[in-house]
Amino acid sequence: MSGAPAIEVRGLRRVFHVRQGLFAPPRQVVAVDDVSFAVPAGSVLGVVGESGCGKSTLARMILGLLPPSAGEVLVDGRRLSEMDRRARARLIQPVFQDPFSSLNPRRRVRDIVAMPLVAQGSISRAEIARRVEESLSRVGLSTEQGTRFPSQLSGGQRQRVAIARALVLRPRIVVCDEPTSALDVSVQAQILNLLAELRRELGLTYLFISHNLAVVEHVASEVAVMYLGRIVETNESEALFAEPRHPYTRALLASVLTPEPGLGVPDVGLGDTMPDPANIPGGCRFHPRCPLAFERCPVEAPRTTPNGAGFVECHLAETA
Amino acid sequence: MMPSGDRSAESGEGLNRPAENASLLEVENLRVTFGGTAAVRGISLKVEKGETHCLVGESGCGKSVTSLAVMGLLARGGKREAERLAFAGTDIRNYGEREMSRLRGDRMAMIFQEPMTSLNPAYTVGSQMTEVLRRHRGTPRAQAVDRAAELLGRVGITAPGLRLGQYPHQLSGGLRQRVMIAMALMCDPELLIADEPTTALDVTVQAQILRLLAGIQKELGLGILLITHDLGVVARIADRVSVMYAGEVVESGPTAELFGDPQHPYTRGLLTCIPVPGKVKRDEPLGSIPGIVPRIPPGYVGCAFRDRCPHAHAECSGEIPRRAAGPGHEVLCTLPAGWPEGRMGRQAA
Repeated sequence: MSGAPAIEVRGLRRVFHVRQGLFAPPRQVVAVDDVSFAVPAGSVLGVVGESGCGKSTLARMILGLLPPSAGEVLVDGRRLSEMDRRARARLIQPVFQDPFSSLNPRRRVRDIVAMPLVAQGSISRAEIARRVEESLSRVGLSTEQGTRFPSQLSGGQRQRVAIARALVLRPRIVVCDEPTSALDVSVQAQILNLLAELRRELGLTYLFISHNLAVVEHVASEVAVMYLGRIVETNESEALFAEPRHPYTRALLASVLTPEPGLGVPDVGLGDTMPDPANIPGGCRFHPRCPLAFERCPVEAPRTTPNGAGFVECHLAETA
Repeated sequence: MMPSGDRSAESGEGLNRPAENASLLEVENLRVTFGGTAAVRGISLKVEKGETHCLVGESGCGKSVTSLAVMGLLARGGKREAERLAFAGTDIRNYGEREMSRLRGDRMAMIFQEPMTSLNPAYTVGSQMTEVLRRHRGTPRAQAVDRAAELLGRVGITAPGLRLGQYPHQLSGGLRQRVMIAMALMCDPELLIADEPTTALDVTVQAQILRLLAGIQKELGLGILLITHDLGVVARIADRVSVMYAGEVVESGPTAELFGDPQHPYTRGLLTCIPVPGKVKRDEPLGSIPGIVPRIPPGYVGCAFRDRCPHAHAECSGEIPRRAAGPGHEVLCTLPAGWPEGRMGRQAA
C-alpha cells in the first residue's frame, strides 16, 4: 500500500456546451470549476450540495466515466487517464442512487454481480461463481436471491445487489452517489449500516455524495460543501458541523429538519434566487443568496482561506 | 344523490345539515381495495380548522391512497368504503364526480409531490392559475389575473407579472412548487391536502416552502392534511400525527406527545433509523427495522408488523385492540403502556 491519498483531484474542471434552441448559440455550463482535494486512504469524504452543484459530475470524473475538461484525477497515486479500464475497475467502483435503473432488468442478480469479473476477461468460471457467492453473502443476500431478477427484489435488496457488484472486484475505493436517497428511512438505515460495516472490514475508502446533511454527518470523516461547481468549504466532519464558516454551509445545516417537535421550521435566510449553473454570478458565486453579502462580494471572487484541516472560500473568513 | 356542493345551497340540506362545530374533515373506518389487495384497512382521522395533520409512513403504507380516496380521485379499480367521510360536516360519501369536482380546487385544494407532472407543460402559469377561478367562480379574466399575481407575490415569488407569462419548464423546482401552492389558494380553500409537497426539493428550498405553508395556514386558518415519509418534516409542522403501516394507522396523537412518548414498536423503530446530527456517533450503527413491508392479503387478522417486531408474541396474531396511550394518543398494539425500551432498533441490519 502506497502512502498516496486514495483519491487526489487537482484543478478539476468540466464544461458542458448546452444548446438552448435550434439556432441559439451553445451556452457554456461550468459544472465543476477548478476543484482540488485529497481523500486519505480509509476515510470517507462526504460531498454535499444542492441539485445542480456539480457533485455528480465530480463523481463521474473520478470514476473515469467522464473526461475532465482540465485538471487530473489520481487514484491510489496513479493518473486515472493513464490507466486502462480493467485496472481502473479493480481500483474504484460506483454505487448509484437509483437501484431501479442501475441494474439490468433482464439479467439475474448473480449475473449482474458477475459482470465486472467477466469484463476482466481473465478469471475462470469457477472463480467467478465463488466470488459472486462471497460478494452476495457479504451484503446479506442469499444464494436463492442471486437467481432472481431485480424486479423481484425490494429497493433495499436491489441496493444490496449494486453494492455486491461494486465489491466483487475487491476495489479499494467506492464512489457512492446518493446511495440511499431513493430508499425509505428504515431501509436507508440498513444500507448505511452495511456500508459502514463493509468499510471497516475491507478497509475501503468512500467518496460519499448526498444532499442529506444528516446522513453525511453520520458516515463522513471529512466533508466538502459544493456550490455551483466549486468547493466552498471543507473540513473534518466534526469541525465542519460544530463550526461551519461559510454562510452557505450554515444555511444547509439550518435546513436539516431533525425529528424534534416544537422547534418549528427554521428560517434558512436564503432569498428565492435559485442557483443556475448556466449563469454563474460574478464575484462570489453565492452572493445573490447570501444573507451576509457586502459590497466586495459581487465584485471580487473570494480567495481560499485555510481553516482547520480544510479551507473556506468567503470574504468574511479572509478578514476574520 | 346528494344536493350539489354549492356553498349557498349547502346550509339548506335537510339530512345533511353540517354541525356547527364539525371538524373540517372526518374519516371513519376508511377502506380501499384494489382487486384482491387491501391498500387501506380501516383508518380514521380528523382534520380541524387551522390544524396540520400529518399522515406519515413508508412507501406502500397506503398514505397516498388515503388522500386520493378522500378526494375521490382513486384510480380505476379502486373501491372505497367508509363509515363516515365528511367535509365540514357534510357527508361526501355519495358525491358523484360532478359534486366532487366542484369541491376540489375550490373548498378542498391539493398539492402533489412533483409539480412538473401536475402542471400542464403546454399552458402558461397564468392561464393555469386563472382557470381555477374562472371555472369555479366564473370570475372575469382580468380579475382572475390580478388574484393570481397577488397570490404569487404572497408565496414569495418576485416579479409575479413575468412568471404568469412563463411556462412550467422555465421555472425551478422550488418556484414550481410555489406556483402550485398559489394555485391551490386561488379559491380560498378551507382544506389543503398536500402529498409529499417538498420531497422532490433541495433541503434549503424544502425549509422555505414549509415555512411558507405554515405562514399561510396561520394567516388563512387552513386545515392541512400533509402526507409525508419524513419524520423531520412531521415534527416541525404537524399539530397531530397519524403513523401508518400496511394500510392502518398504528399510532396517532398530538405531535409533542407522540414524539415524546412513542408507543408502537414501529414508531420507535422509525425514530431510531433517522440520523440526527450529534445524536448517534459516526460509525455506530443506526437503528433499523429488519425485513420489509409485507403484502397484506384481504381478510388478514392480527398485527401487520408482527413479523418484523422484536416484541411480537402470541396475542399479536389475534384482533389487536386500539388503546389509549395518553391525551389524544392512541396506539394499535398489544404491548402494555410503558413497555420497556428493550433492544428495539439497535440491531444490525
